[in-house]
Amino acid sequence: MAVTHVETPETPVAPHAGPPAAGRRGPALPVRLLPYLLIAPTVLGTAYLLVYPLIRNLVISFQKFGIAQLIRGGADFVGFDNYRQILSDRMFWSVVLRTFVFTAINVTLIMVLATLVALLIGALGKGMRLAVMGGLVVAWAIPVIAATTVFQWLFQSQLGVVNWVLVALGFEQFDGYAWFANGTSTFAIIVVLIVWQSVPFAALTLYAAMTTVPKELHESAQIDGAGGVKTFTLITFPILRPMFGLIFCLEVIWVFKCFVQIWAISQGGPGNATLTLPVYAYQVAQSLNRYDLGAAISMVTVLILAVALLAYFRQMFKEEGEL
Amino acid sequence: MRTSLGRKLSLNTLALIVFAFSVFPVYWMVLTAFKPTKDIQAETPSFFPTNITFAHFGTAVNADGFWLFWRNSALVAVTAVLLSLVVACLAAYAVARMKWRGRQAFILMVFIAQMTPWEALLIPMYVIARDTDMLDKLTMLTLIYFMVTLPFTIVTLRGFLKAIPIELEEAAQVDGCNQFQAFRRIVFPLLAPGLLSTSLFGFITAWNEFAFANLLIIKNQDQRTLPVWLSSFSNTFGTDWGATMAAATLFMLPVLLIFLVLQGRVTAGVAAGAVKG
Repeated sequence: MAVTHVETPETPVAPHAGPPAAGRRGPALPVRLLPYLLIAPTVLGTAYLLVYPLIRNLVISFQKFGIAQLIRGGADFVGFDNYRQILSDRMFWSVVLRTFVFTAINVTLIMVLATLVALLIGALGKGMRLAVMGGLVVAWAIPVIAATTVFQWLFQSQLGVVNWVLVALGFEQFDGYAWFANGTSTFAIIVVLIVWQSVPFAALTLYAAMTTVPKELHESAQIDGAGGVKTFTLITFPILRPMFGLIFCLEVIWVFKCFVQIWAISQGGPGNATLTLPVYAYQVAQSLNRYDLGAAISMVTVLILAVALLAYFRQMFKEEGEL
Repeated sequence: MRTSLGRKLSLNTLALIVFAFSVFPVYWMVLTAFKPTKDIQAETPSFFPTNITFAHFGTAVNADGFWLFWRNSALVAVTAVLLSLVVACLAAYAVARMKWRGRQAFILMVFIAQMTPWEALLIPMYVIARDTDMLDKLTMLTLIYFMVTLPFTIVTLRGFLKAIPIELEEAAQVDGCNQFQAFRRIVFPLLAPGLLSTSLFGFITAWNEFAFANLLIIKNQDQRTLPVWLSSFSNTFGTDWGATMAAATLFMLPVLLIFLVLQGRVTAGVAAGAVKG
């Protein structure tokens, strides 16, 4: 953690906006100001494009902010009214519950499958290993919007290949089955899509981590009579626990805030079956023009995410040792 | 001997299943894009390319606005990445090569910025864009993508910079270069591969981004980007799945190429966790 600082007197924050012209840096400019000039564009960008929107969101969540205020400005502060309204709305709590269930299902599937795939890759011969890793990279690389489009085609009711395969396997009830008309099946498709897209990253990272575990440990465990499962629970997992922790936190964050897949496939429907917090906030703001309520829902989302983020950072700094 | 052969066989079968599940949706997309419409609508789908046609690609490319949206996407992504590369280079140099008060706080800020849940900032961005007359403008998207890619770029470049021995620069300075010249002549050439792979990842993030592009470009349809256009494929192509898949294939192509080029670096650079949009 400790980084020794060179003795610097009180240094003011970079007074200049815009990128510093490094080429013209003459001896006249105090050298100790240089780092602050170098980070100034980053700090300014972050202030305007990240901190300001976050603060603005917070402010809007304490105002009455509808379409009239959006156009004419002059929004009034209403204290905690928006929060009171959403927190006393049963719809909101059902969305919160659904978001947690959605996250739990996805993350469990992702972690289990990714671990199994990583172990599988490690056990394969060279040719097969490269083939599987190549396949995973292809699944990982496909842009989200391309993937959502393809999944809509795979699960299309009349011509979709999934229904054809299911009927060919003897499940006659899937002949012309409209997946996207039913809440549960739409939910399931989005889960499959997200798991399919997320496993490659987790599996490849876990595999890369597993290769760092000394082979001798495995061999001696096997000599002592430990099977594959025992070797994993007694050796691989304990050694790689921090890595599992990091990936777990990342997946929780990514799934919890997931917006694009849901919006592109179902917009939260049918019948709210796939409505999670980020989609709900967007919907309330855009469809109902209740930017104030949407902002309040976003703030709640950020607060919940902050817990996962804190866990992630704790884990990461323990790993890295220093910044 | 027998059990090990059986084990090998079952492992390879499992591997084939994993491989098939990973690539099938992509394979099916590309296959559909090349299939004649009558094959797409056939009772029994064919799983291998028998008749190949390029007609769907023609439909996709000639669809209203395809080239315009392609240009918009490329323009926004390239500008955002170049901007973030320049800004990140400066910051990463300050972090990796200099000692100054507030350095740790700055790094912490970058790490936190990297984990920003951008999905939660859609509403204020919309309000800000409206207030500053930036709705329906690619400039606003460019700025947002710049900020989305910036923290990751700083973190990665800092990693690459740290890997370059500082003695090289010091030697150059002993030989009479100033700090900037030492950077330009010694560090920059060594940093170039890192700059390239970092910017390609940034490009992918910006190229794929949907939520902000969908929200901030509303009235002026000429300013739309490819993902938004593709997501409304049913407006463009109706039930023409061949053309839809051709469009999706064309959209994915640059990303897939970049991934294949960078495959070696993919797993190395991801621990920071910013590759996934």
